[in-house]
Amino acid sequence: MSRQLRYLLPLAAFLLLAGLLYRGLSLDPKLVPSPLIGKSMPAFTLPRLQDPDATLSDSDLLGEVFVLNIWATWCIACRAEHDVLLELARSGAVDIYGLNYKDQRDSAKSWLQQLGNPYVANAFDADGRTGIDWGVYGAPETFVIDRQGIIRHKHIGPLTMEVLNEEILPLLAALKAET
Amino acid sequence: MIKTVTAVLLAFGLATSVASSHAAATLESFKFTSGGDEQRFKDLIAEIRCLVCQNQSLLDSDAELAHDLRVEVYGMMQAGQADNEIIDFLVARYGDFVLYKPPVKPATYFLWFGPFVLLVIALTLLIFALRRQRRSMAEKPISATDRQQLDRILGNSGTHTDSDS
Repeated sequence: MSRQLRYLLPLAAFLLLAGLLYRGLSLDPKLVPSPLIGKSMPAFTLPRLQDPDATLSDSDLLGEVFVLNIWATWCIACRAEHDVLLELARSGAVDIYGLNYKDQRDSAKSWLQQLGNPYVANAFDADGRTGIDWGVYGAPETFVIDRQGIIRHKHIGPLTMEVLNEEILPLLAALKAET
Repeated sequence: MIKTVTAVLLAFGLATSVASSHAAATLESFKFTSGGDEQRFKDLIAEIRCLVCQNQSLLDSDAELAHDLRVEVYGMMQAGQADNEIIDFLVARYGDFVLYKPPVKPATYFLWFGPFVLLVIALTLLIFALRRQRRSMAEKPISATDRQQLDRILGNSGTHTDSDS
């Protein structure tokens, strides 16, 4: 080991550590990657929000690319992303289904009446049991599912127009192009 | 000023004690037939991270999700499922992040073994350094000029005797 190298090594080690720590500063510990990505969507059968007597199950959704949005009226960030969902629904790019998570049925229905309804249909997950199967740990969360029923993407936190344009829409286009 | 600080501390203490007593209250709603089962339940949920308040375990957390997951774990225990089945169930949904103790696998080798590797490297370097130091001390007896200089400093005026009077 040459003499210069001996003095440069601690410096290199320090720079490496500093780089790692600096990278850590820009990571959000609240974003926990889902182990469900690349796997089949979890099965569920739940009453519909608008019609308690009818059910919505995973098999009803299978066959087309779709978006599943987990939301609740007690969730403030859900209100923030609601306009983005309406925009996505208006664009006609994809069918949006909702999982109304641990909510009151009446509040959820009046929310949709007042703010507009971007969903094709909503499953009503009163006790959050289906949410657990989907690995939900905080609303809002948004899943993108392909034609084979495989979960291809999960967005944690409120959707924004930026996320929509840069992540969701390109992914939807790619998935629709798949045969 | 002191009054404000006391008030804030009191409020904080009150808030935390209320929070912890609430967690204890919800834990008591789980009924067990034996003390061993209850201990097993507590040990298991103490090892699982609550994803909402990430520095708390399912045992400590007051988050609603933590409560739901406690119910889930309790139900699986009552159904006779083993600890590893319950843990697999949670990992399949929430990932390794729910475990306070990450599993040993290629992605975590550095995490598990890195410190020991660093320790071995450090010890090796230390042993080499000590050996070299000892060798250099043993190999170089004090030279004649150094001896003279030493005597001069000590005030022995060039002569080196044992009698000092």
